[in-house]
Amino acid sequence: MAPANLSTRIPTAARFGARVEAFFRRSDAARGYLLLSPAILIMLAALAAPLLLLVLYSFWSQDGYLVNTQLTLDQYSTALGREAYRTLFYRSLSISGMVTIVTVLLSYPMAYFIAFQVQRNKFVWLILVTIPFWTSYLLRVFAWKIILGYNGVINSGLMSLGILKQPLEFLLYNPTSVVVTLAHAWAAFAILPIYVSLEKIDRSLLEAASDLGDGPIRRFFRITLPLSLPGVIGAAVLIFVPTTGDYVTPALVGGTDGVMIANVIQVQFTKIGNWPLGAALALASMAAVGIFALLIVQAMRLAISRVK
Amino acid sequence: MTDAFIKIDHVSKRFGGFAAVDDANIDIQRGEFFSLLGPSGCGKTTLLRMIAGFEYPTEGAIYIDGQDESDVPPNKRPTNMVFQSYAIFPHLNVFDNIAYGLRRLRLPKREMTARVNEALAMIKLEGYGKRRGDQLSGGQRQRVALARALVNRPKVLLLDEPLGALDKRLREAMQIELRQLQRNVGITFVFVTHDQEEALSMSDRIAVMSAGKILQVAEPRTLYEAPNCREVADFIGTMNFFDAKVASHENGAAILDAGPIGKVRAAGENLPDVGTPVLVAVRPEKITLSTTPREGAIKGTVDAAAYLGERSHFHVRVDGIATPVAIASQNVMRSGDAVSHGATVFLSWPDDAAVILPRE
Repeated sequence: MAPANLSTRIPTAARFGARVEAFFRRSDAARGYLLLSPAILIMLAALAAPLLLLVLYSFWSQDGYLVNTQLTLDQYSTALGREAYRTLFYRSLSISGMVTIVTVLLSYPMAYFIAFQVQRNKFVWLILVTIPFWTSYLLRVFAWKIILGYNGVINSGLMSLGILKQPLEFLLYNPTSVVVTLAHAWAAFAILPIYVSLEKIDRSLLEAASDLGDGPIRRFFRITLPLSLPGVIGAAVLIFVPTTGDYVTPALVGGTDGVMIANVIQVQFTKIGNWPLGAALALASMAAVGIFALLIVQAMRLAISRVK
Repeated sequence: MTDAFIKIDHVSKRFGGFAAVDDANIDIQRGEFFSLLGPSGCGKTTLLRMIAGFEYPTEGAIYIDGQDESDVPPNKRPTNMVFQSYAIFPHLNVFDNIAYGLRRLRLPKREMTARVNEALAMIKLEGYGKRRGDQLSGGQRQRVALARALVNRPKVLLLDEPLGALDKRLREAMQIELRQLQRNVGITFVFVTHDQEEALSMSDRIAVMSAGKILQVAEPRTLYEAPNCREVADFIGTMNFFDAKVASHENGAAILDAGPIGKVRAAGENLPDVGTPVLVAVRPEKITLSTTPREGAIKGTVDAAAYLGERSHFHVRVDGIATPVAIASQNVMRSGDAVSHGATVFLSWPDDAAVILPRE
C-alpha cells in the first residue's frame, strides 16, 4: 500500500476530533449549549414534560376510574366557577401576600444591618441566616406547632408566669399561624437578595445624599430604598410564588380556616383521584400567581419611580 | 472669631494608632481657590471629608464662616461636595439629580425649575435634563456633579480629585472651565488633588501635605520657587539637591561650600549660621548647559538626553556627586546644537536660582 494512502486513513478519527474541537472553539453559542445541556435535559424530562401532561389533563375529564380524553373546558369552569375554590384561591393569595409583606418587612432591617453595620465577618452572619435550613422544613413547621400549640411553649410559659389562667386557643390552626410559620421558614430567601442589593449600593451615593441635605430617614427613602428595589422585588417574588403553592404548612398548622388551594389540589390528585380537575386547579393557581406577582412588581416599580 | 473663612484649628484625625491627619492648621480666605496637594495616602482626602462632615476630627476644631462645625453632621453644613466618583444617583435623571438638594427646601415649582435650568446652562448641558446618569460621558457626569453641588449655593464647595477620571485633554479643558466658574460664582473652593501641575495652574493657594502633616501653605509661585523643605521641593516639579555647608555671609546672601561643585551663592531670608550643613536646591530649567568652558561652570558628562519637542531633558554626571544633575532646556532654535550622550558639558545658573533648604 502506498504511504500516501496510509497517511490519509489512520488520522481520520483524530482529524474529526480536531474539527469538533475547532468548531467549539470558534462558536460561543455551541460552547454555551454544551455547558447547559445537562440542565436542559433535566428540565425537559422533569419539568417541561410533566407540565405539558398537566396541561393535557386539564382539558380532559374524569369518568369513574377512567380518564375521558375528549377535550373539554369543564374542569376550568368548575375550578373557576365553584364558590369554595374561589374562596380558597382568594385565601391562598391573601395569605401568601401577607407572608410576603411580613417577611420582607422583617428581613429588610436584618439585611440592612448585615450590609451596613457589620464591618467584619459578614460571611459568618450570612451563614447564621441560613442556619434554619440546616434542619428539614417539616421539622421547622413542627417546631412552630410546639411553640404555638395548646400546651405549647407560649401558653405554658405564660401560664407558669401566672399571666394566663387558660391557654390561648387562637395561636394555632388559623391563617395567622400559617403566616408566622411561613414567614420564618422563608426569611433567608428575603434576607439574601435584599442584602446583595444593599451591599451593591455605592457608599458615595449615600454620602452625596447627606451632603445635599438629607437626614438619615429621608436619605433612606430617597436613595437606599429605591436602589435596593431589585432585591426587594426578587425577595417578594421568591416568597410569594412558592408560598402560594405550599400545602405542608397549612396542613399542619392551618386548621380548617388555614386551608389553602394547594391542599385541595393535593386531595384531587390523591384521595379523590380527579386528576383533570386537579390539573385545572393547579394551572389556574399558576396563572393567578403569575399575574399577581407581575402586578406586585409593577406596583413597586411605579411607586419607586415617583420618588425624587 | 477669626478673619479666616474656613479655619482648620489644630485638627488631627486618628484611626486607631495611625494619624491620617496630624495637627493641621490652615486658614482659608473667603472666595479663595484653595488646593490640598499631596501623594495618595497623605491625608488630604481625610481632611476634606472632615470639612464636609463625613469624618469628625479626633482633636481640634473646624470653623466655617465663624461657626464651629466640628461636630455638625454633613446635611447641616454649609458645604457641598463633588465626589471623586461623581456619585450621580443612577435612578434619577439629570434634572432630578441637580434638583436633589433643592427639593428639601420646598421651593415653588417654577423657581426650582428655573434654578435647575440655570445650573444646566452654567455647565453647558441645556436639554440634558431628561437623560439618565448612565447615559452621560465622564466629563458630563463631572459637570452634573458640579451643578448638583453649586445649585444649593453653598458657602464652600469641596472637590475630591474631580478631574482624576478624565483623559488629559478633557482634564485640561475642565481645569480652565472650573477656574473661570469659580471666579464667576465667587464661592470658596477647596480642591483636593495629587496632580501638582493641576494644583499650580488652578489655585490661589496650595497646602502641601505628606504623611498627615501640612508641610507648606503658599501661593503656587512661592511653592515652586521657594519651597521650605526638601519634601515640598521634591514633590512639586523636579529639583536637584547638593549637600553644602554655609561658608560665609555676604550682602544678605550666603556663600555655600558645596564640595565637588565648588562655591555656590544663594540669597534668602533667615540665612543659617556659618558652619550649618544645608541643602542647595536648583530647578532643572534654571541651569544653563553649554559645550564651551565658562568661568565658574561645573564640568560634567551627559549621561542621558531626551528630546521632548518644545524642550529637552538631560542627565549630567558630575564627578563627586552620586545623582546625575537634571537639566531642562527650551529648544528655542530649530537647529539647536544637539548635545548627545557622552558629550562633555559645562553647567551654570544665575545667582538667585539656588535655594537653601534645611538638611534633615
